[in-house]
Parts: sequence; structure tokens; C-alpha cells
Amino acid sequence: MSEPSKPQGRKFQLPEHLKVYKNVWVIVEQERGIVHSVSLELLGEARKLADKLGVEVGAVVLGAESPDLNRICGDAISYGADIVYKVTDPALADYRTDPYCRVMTEVVNTHKPEIVLLGATTLGRDLAGAIATTLATGLTADCTELDIYADNRSLAATRPTFGGTLLCTIQTLAYRPQMATVRPRVMAMPERDDARTGRVIEIQPDLREEDIVTKVLNFIADREQNEAQLAFADIIVSAGKGLGKVENMKLVFDLARVLGAEVGVTRPLVQAGWATNDRQVGQTGKTVRPKLYIAAGISGAIQHRVGMEKSDLILAINTDPNATIFDFAHLGLVGDALKILPALTDAFGRRLSVNRMAG
Amino acid sequence: MHIVVCIKQVPDSAQIRIHPVTNTIMRQGVPAIINPFDLFSLEEALRLKDKVGARVTVLTMGPPMAETSLRKALSLGADDAVLLTDRKFAGSDTLATSYALTSAIQKLAEEEPVDIVFCGKQTVDGDTAQVGPGIATRLGFEQLTYITRIEDLNIASKEIVVQRRSEGGVQVLKTKLPCMITMLEGTNTIRFGKMDDLFRAARYELKTWSRDFTGAEEGRVGLKGSPTVVSKVFVPKPRAEKAKMIEAASDTPDAMAAAAIDAIFAAQPKLADDLLARAAAGL
Repeated sequence: MSEPSKPQGRKFQLPEHLKVYKNVWVIVEQERGIVHSVSLELLGEARKLADKLGVEVGAVVLGAESPDLNRICGDAISYGADIVYKVTDPALADYRTDPYCRVMTEVVNTHKPEIVLLGATTLGRDLAGAIATTLATGLTADCTELDIYADNRSLAATRPTFGGTLLCTIQTLAYRPQMATVRPRVMAMPERDDARTGRVIEIQPDLREEDIVTKVLNFIADREQNEAQLAFADIIVSAGKGLGKVENMKLVFDLARVLGAEVGVTRPLVQAGWATNDRQVGQTGKTVRPKLYIAAGISGAIQHRVGMEKSDLILAINTDPNATIFDFAHLGLVGDALKILPALTDAFGRRLSVNRMAG
Repeated sequence: MHIVVCIKQVPDSAQIRIHPVTNTIMRQGVPAIINPFDLFSLEEALRLKDKVGARVTVLTMGPPMAETSLRKALSLGADDAVLLTDRKFAGSDTLATSYALTSAIQKLAEEEPVDIVFCGKQTVDGDTAQVGPGIATRLGFEQLTYITRIEDLNIASKEIVVQRRSEGGVQVLKTKLPCMITMLEGTNTIRFGKMDDLFRAARYELKTWSRDFTGAEEGRVGLKGSPTVVSKVFVPKPRAEKAKMIEAASDTPDAMAAAAIDAIFAAQPKLADDLLARAAAGL
């Protein structure tokens, strides 16, 4: 691992030699031929930033040579990239910190992007923390908003702090590249455009498997497990403490079944053992962005809010007309969730089955 | 075997309030706790100590009052505690923090080589998850983040097998010590301390180390050593409009449900089409 360079004193001006850093990059996260949706969302965001700066969008695709990888390179262009850096080596087939970090450090040092974006996923956060150290530059985690400051062309990365009670905007002024990670589903998915063209730069790093200490023995896919897939659900029915007792969780699951929805919960319910933590929405759980989010008996604590407030439509059901959740839900219903949930299940069921008979 | 557990003393985020007029964090009266994510790593370190025998040193960087968290960790079973404290560290971002902590770990390694460094997955106040990887990279340790289980540890061959949470599944990784591990939350439950550890923790003479002592360079810590600049701190903008309250014909659950569905479909006509199409397809 190369020794990080030494910063000299507090600097706010970009040194002359770093002004050659240009373009906005996204490190595309792919595992076993599947691209993480956050990478496509980031390509859309990178496109906006690059257009403001008048530069190009670069996508870095790492992996072992395969037809899937070539398809992913094409997808990156369709979603907004001008240049794809296709980095292939058998040692990059599965994600491991050391080879990925070594290769990315070298590719960044060679091609000098001004901004590097990654998904705030287990892979993205693991890799970003490592390469920001080898590159000795600034990294802002879990951003919810990215913009360019017109006066100095620097990245303004806004992120929640103190569990979402505050937002702060962070900049890396005197170092390059400027790095940021963004949670899945925070940025909107861009439209795919197959008419877009771009160029692919092939890079074959000099990796030797015997130099890599960590070996992947096995991969156990979640598809074979029984985990909730909240992050990709179109509709989520979520429950909070207002449900009163664990037996009432059935009412939430009943409504979810009729709607083909997933069930989410607040942190206190996980702590109380009413649901497993794969269903937790919020600061220490999942960030979701469904088309419809039904919040039943949820007061609207900030820790929950940060995980679901970007939903297209939020319907809140709460007995307390002054509950915080009505401050940011789109639709509010003051009433007892225990009575309204079964009524919703019946009513949705009737409306949808009527149509089935008609159709 | 020598294990170092890095912890951070943080304000209990559940109890933080924002001053309504000045828009600043009101820290007064907010209790300080060990970052909850660190406890999963501390517990795992203590389990390794129970199983294969190890010296567990807890390390924190922070103001002198962070002593409280170190004593708490000692009372749970850690053997030694180091408080890295120096005004020169104030304002360090994650790059500078991982540099400062690394200098202290290297100092500890002079006494006894370090085999495993545990860090919390992330902190509840900063939420960055960057300091652990920063330390691993600087030390040249194998980096094992989001670990759900340590399957096997062989002291003789220095091999370790772990399960790591990744997107879409779990990786089973085999690697060698030395390594840096962050444990995923919920993977274990922190123990209750024993009475003799509690007494030992109260009497323990903390090692208090300064920047000079660990040899960290002045230009690489604190604000000077931090590439990131916080340019603005603000309170999230409340949504301009509050929720539109649904009025039902009567306050029976059926009437309220019918009104709610009408409101949903009026706001999201496309959602209604999608649902009806799904239902028609028999899904």
C-alpha cells in the first residue's frame, strides 16, 4: 500500500498541480454480473455535476472479463457516462478490499478525476474509506445532495449528521479528487438512453493472486435466504409503537399481502423483538423510496424520517393529530390504525378483485 | 495475541435536541455513551479473549472526559486502556483521525505486536464508517468490514475465517492476521461486567498519550491535517406543506379507508393503474 502524501498546513486554495484533475467519476458497483441500482442513480447525478462543470462523466467498471461486464459497460454509457474505464483481471471477480483499492488508487492517479462518487453500500463504503486514505484526500459519507459551488468549481456535498437532526455541507478545497458516497435510492434513477455513445478504455492491471492475502471461500446469496427486500419495494406498509402489541403486526402483514407490498418497522419494534432488523427503516436501518409508504402508528421521529421521507407518497395514520409525522407525510388520516388497517385491507381487496373479474 | 479495540465516546443521539432559536446542538445534559456500534466489536474482542486468550487494549481519541468510556470498557473486561488526547487533534476529520489512531496503535505495537484491530462499523454522531478502513489501510492490515460472524481463528497459522455482509449476500472470507475488523450491529450482545473488573476499572491508571508521545506529525492532525472543510451546518428544511388531512364521510373505519384509497389514487393515478394491472394479472 503506498504511503499517503503529507498535507502541509491548512489550505483552502487548490494548488496549481491539482488543477489538471478533471471529470466526474462513478465507481460502478457490480457483483456477479449484477449492477447495484445506486451506481445508475449516481451516473445520473454525475451527469448533472459534469454538465455544470463542462466536463465528462467517467464510469469505472471493475471485474473479471465476461459478457456481463461488457453489457455493464454499455449500460453505464446508456445511463450517462462518456468514458468507461473497464478494468479487468481474474483477481477482481469478487470484491476484496486490497486488490480493488490498489487498482483504483492507480487508475485515479493515472487519469486524475476531480470528483469520485460511490454508493454508500457495504462495498462502496469499504472501498471509499480505503482509497481516500491511499489518495490522502477528503471523503464525505452518505450524502443526500450534491452540487457545484460556482465560485470555485468545488463539490458541495451535503449530508445528515447527528442522526439527521442537522445537515452539513462539506467541501474538499485543496485536495483532489473530491470523494463522496451516496445511499441507494436517495438520488432519482435517470432515464436510460440507448442512443448515447461513449468510449471504453480497457485497463489490465498487474495483479497476481498469490499477492492477495484474503480469499473468498463462498458466497451465500440472499435470494436463497428469507430476507425482506425493502430497498426495492414499490409499496411499503410500516408499523410503529402505535400498534400496541406484537399480535397486531398481523394487520400490517395482511394489508401488505393485498398490495404486494413489503413490511417495514421502526427501530423500537426491532428492539422489542417484533420484527427482524432487515425490516428496519431509518437511520440505522434501510433507506427506502417506494411509490407509496403507509405509516401506521408511527410518530415520525427523525431517525425514522431520514430513511423514508423521499418516498413518492406518504400516507400517515395516527390517533394523535399533532404527531410529528403529519409534518412531512403527504396524506394524513387521524384515527386508530388498528381499526383502519383491516378496513384498508378489505377495501383494497374489493377494489382490486372487482377489476380482476371485470378484466 | 494482542487485540486493540478503537472506541469513541459520543453524545446519545436519541437525546440530542436543537435549540429552537439558535439552530445549534444543545449538548447540555445529553449523556455521553460508548458509540453503540463499538460495543459489538468490543464484545467480539472479549469473546476471542475468552476463547483463545488475548490481551485486549481499548483505545480512544478524544477530550479528557472520554476517560468515562474507557473505564466502562475496562469494567466489561478489557485489560488496558489508552486515552489519546491533545488539543492539536481538535477538528480532525476522518483522514486525520485514522492517522492519529494509527500512530497510537503503532506505539502499542512496540510493546506487543498487534494482531487484530477492532473498530465500530460507524459512529452514531459522524456516521462515516471511514476511520476503520483508514486505519487498516495505513497499517497495511487486511480489511474486514461488516463482519457478521468470526467462524474460525487459528492462532498457530494466524488464519481467520469470517462471514462478511455484502450487498445481496454474505461473503465467507479466509485471510491472515494482522487484520482490522468492524462488526455488523446485532451480531452479538454486550456482556455485563464482572464485579472484580468493575473494581479494577475504577482503580486502573489510564495511559494518557499526547501527539508528541505517539510521534504523529503536527501537520497531519487536527484542522491542518483534514482535507474536508465543513462549509455550512443547517437544520433540515421542514416540508413547505403539512400533510393533507383526509376527510371521510363518517368516522367509521370503512368510510375512512375508502376516503384514504381515493386520496392515494387521486395523488398517484399511475399507482392505481399498476395495482389494478397486477391484480388483473392475478399476482
